[in-house]
Amino acid sequence: MEQATGGYRGVWRRLRHNPMGMIGLTMLVGAVAVAVLAPWLSPYAPDTVTRVTIMDIYQPPSPVHWLGTDDAGRDVLTNFLYGARVSLTVGFFASFIAVTIGGLLGITAGFLGGRIEAVLMRFTDIMLVIPDLPLAVVIVALTKPSLTNIILVIGLLGWTGTARLVRAQTMSIKQRKFVLRARAVGAGNRYIMRRHIFPLVLPLMVVNTVLVISLAILNESTLSFLGLGDPATLSWGQMLNYAFTRGAMSAGAWWALISPGFGIVWVVLACTLLGQALEQALNPRLLTHHLAADRTLTSLRRLQPDQAPASGTGTQ
Amino acid sequence: MSEPLLSVRGLRKLFPVKTISWRSRQQRFVHAVDDVSFDLAAGEALALVGESGCGKSTLALTLLGLEAPTAGNIRFERQELAGAPAAAWRQARRHIQMIFQDPYESLNPLMTVGEIVAEPLEVHKIGGNRDERRKRILLALEDAGLKPAEHFVARFPHELSGGQRQRVAIAAALVLEPRLLVADEPVSMLDVSIRAEILSLLADLKTRRSIALLFITHDLGTVSAVADRIAVMYLGRIVEIGAVNSVMTAPQHPYTRALLSVVPAPNPRLRRQHIILQGETPDPVNLPTGCRFAPRCPVAVARCRESDPALRPVAADHAAACIRLDDPPLFP
Amino acid sequence: MAYEMVKPPLLEVTRLGVDYVDPPRPPAAALREITFTVQRGEALGIVGESGCGKTTLMLALMRLLPAAGRIVAGSVRLDGVELLDLDAQAMAALRWKRIAMIFQGAMNALNPVRTVGDQIAEAIRLHEGVTARRTLDRRVEELLDLVGIAANRRAHYPFQYSGGMRQRAMIAMALACSPDLIIADEPTTALDVMIQAQILQLLAELRRRLNLSILLVTHDLGIVAELCDRVLVMYGGVMAESADVDTIYNAPVHPYTQALLQAFPDPTRPAQKLAAIPGAPPRLNDLPPGCRFAPRCPQVFARCRTAPPPVYAITPAHAASCFLVEPTEGGAA
Repeated sequence: MEQATGGYRGVWRRLRHNPMGMIGLTMLVGAVAVAVLAPWLSPYAPDTVTRVTIMDIYQPPSPVHWLGTDDAGRDVLTNFLYGARVSLTVGFFASFIAVTIGGLLGITAGFLGGRIEAVLMRFTDIMLVIPDLPLAVVIVALTKPSLTNIILVIGLLGWTGTARLVRAQTMSIKQRKFVLRARAVGAGNRYIMRRHIFPLVLPLMVVNTVLVISLAILNESTLSFLGLGDPATLSWGQMLNYAFTRGAMSAGAWWALISPGFGIVWVVLACTLLGQALEQALNPRLLTHHLAADRTLTSLRRLQPDQAPASGTGTQ
Repeated sequence: MSEPLLSVRGLRKLFPVKTISWRSRQQRFVHAVDDVSFDLAAGEALALVGESGCGKSTLALTLLGLEAPTAGNIRFERQELAGAPAAAWRQARRHIQMIFQDPYESLNPLMTVGEIVAEPLEVHKIGGNRDERRKRILLALEDAGLKPAEHFVARFPHELSGGQRQRVAIAAALVLEPRLLVADEPVSMLDVSIRAEILSLLADLKTRRSIALLFITHDLGTVSAVADRIAVMYLGRIVEIGAVNSVMTAPQHPYTRALLSVVPAPNPRLRRQHIILQGETPDPVNLPTGCRFAPRCPVAVARCRESDPALRPVAADHAAACIRLDDPPLFP
Repeated sequence: MAYEMVKPPLLEVTRLGVDYVDPPRPPAAALREITFTVQRGEALGIVGESGCGKTTLMLALMRLLPAAGRIVAGSVRLDGVELLDLDAQAMAALRWKRIAMIFQGAMNALNPVRTVGDQIAEAIRLHEGVTARRTLDRRVEELLDLVGIAANRRAHYPFQYSGGMRQRAMIAMALACSPDLIIADEPTTALDVMIQAQILQLLAELRRRLNLSILLVTHDLGIVAELCDRVLVMYGGVMAESADVDTIYNAPVHPYTQALLQAFPDPTRPAQKLAAIPGAPPRLNDLPPGCRFAPRCPQVFARCRTAPPPVYAITPAHAASCFLVEPTEGGAA
């Protein structure tokens, strides 16, 4: 029996039953937990001043340094844990900016239509056509490479996919009868966008956020890898950058490369799994017609034909 | 004679046809509503009947201001609405409300019943405090037959049956205490055993609360349960209009006669002659000269194509648009 | 072998039962004790509201139930052959060649990117193995002619057809392999009343010309009265009443049939008072213990709520499952 939260609880229920989604969610929660608990988990403080001798550089993993040391003799595990903070922060904030811009643009264009839509969509098309990464490189290189700038740049360039998605969804919601009814009652555009369109577009935006987080982290890692990262912070991308540019390969220091790489892959994989599972969980119920809701034919889960039911068999 | 609540004269709604080819210069139009005139008194129910493409839904949307009429007058409560500014329409919408066909689609799945019924109050900023609004909502729900109202206020649409959802839509229409209710196929998507309930609710609202009702349907069987008068539409025109008993027992226009002869009757002993028209209702873009029903009319003659007949009275409160009305009986 | 005075029926369904499984919940009894026959050239109307199981019944006859459906009891015999014993391949060979189906909303089931003629030809090709282009074309034209579509429209796409024409095309497709039985699931629901009349006229004519048997599934009591010889009224997954069409409309015995007739408007009797049936049809996972109609029945008494009534034969041609018609000496059908 669906309760007062209506569709949302059903979404959560379906998500729970999706193994891939739960794996992704657990992975993401784990990554966030690691980042938050970094001060307690890391064996060393991040800015420990170490006296560096030639022996301390690129030390392999040992009981003293579980993931070895990097080119400056710092503990890689500590770097990894604190690097999670930077990467995830950039990922979440940049994604939030991108989805907000894309969402507002998409709803406005999709709902108002006409010239406004044409202008906004042409603008979106232009932004889509311009290659994101070279543009990001140029902008960051010209301005001061700081964390804020990187977040802003990634966010301001990454909204195009969201905008298109939200616009399409808005256009389909716009056609639905309850919007027509709201108009018949006398509601204006802003009321309808706020009360009817936005709540139905929101789930889509949430899913999109998750997927954009992975893109944002990848973007940030790429920018840092290219040397445009904030030198005052150490993200996973920067760890990769330093490792590459400072001879980890030739020193055979695989731990300095694998750790940040693994971190990036972990979070991106988590977001992708969770995002896809959310898409599936949202799909049937929230936005559909009565034919999917109450009818017994479609509300029962599908079994494999050779799976015997609890009581008796019988032909198909 | 007291003035009717709603008075429509010469209403036209044309939609331009989007021509893809740049060769044809002439703009063509879909004549969705083409010169429609009728009156509706307070507390009276008029059934608007016709097949798909006849323009009845467009007419409903025009009366609610959701489509701007191309020409004609809409006079509601002595105020001219056609071409009026948005503010005048906003005022009028407090007194004209609409019920849609699909009880599943016309309610936002994320809103509770209470929120849906409260929407008109919210939009028009009526009902100062929460308590007063809640009282009005509960009253509207009870009027629509959802008792006890408190039980339904926190429910979501998908928890209710089709009939209950339609009642929610009716409650949302009643909360502003309208004078005119436009119901577009209100029961066609409901089970047969539920239809009678909703129809008798509408009839009840009409008599008890003196709400005028414009009842749009393609199902001729449901007309007499609710309506006092009936208007039959074909290709954007009213071809016959009059009191329900008069029109349904003694139809005059060939189209009406054909329709009534083919509506399936649950009576296997009845032997009727079915006047089955061939082909389909033509596109309301290229209208033939003369009577627009002539191409399919089983009793059309040459002079039918010369002029487009206007509505002529044939009996008290019964008019039909056909030039052969005076001819000897056309149908056995 | 006894000499049979009566011709064997084309389709014989006996005590059919279907469950929907949804572990870990107990299976839902979608159909129980469905029994009827269809003679050659006869039209049987299956009438009921949403949730009564008529679509499940149709799918079960064709053995096209969704993965959660299980036929758990009864038999379905087509010309003496037990369909429930056939393996998947044998059943597939039978579909469309002996029994064809017109689905609800079929007008939108046509593939929009292929011509109508191609789609009809595909049915012939798949089921009869005919590949010669000229033969296929000729057959397609014959079929279109049979349903009243001009032969040259074979090369048109579905979007160029109107709603009524698309329904005719679906009928043509169903007739492609000359089946003995056509199951039509709400064939005219979405159509205008005039187009509906045309389609019904077409079905009646096809029935006459081809000696076709028709199973018409619908909620519309009007079209059943016009087209069918016999009627089966369903409620909540069981048979309420089955009889010839005259008996059902003029002398029904089951309270549900009576109430349904009261609720259905008759345009030839405009002054008739319509009476609704209070309540709602039962949900399959929440069935009442006794008669499924008991919660809404105006003539209910105590026994109705304790045990479901069996199907009683009032006459050989008239059966109803209601304690009101229980014969006094107590014999079940």
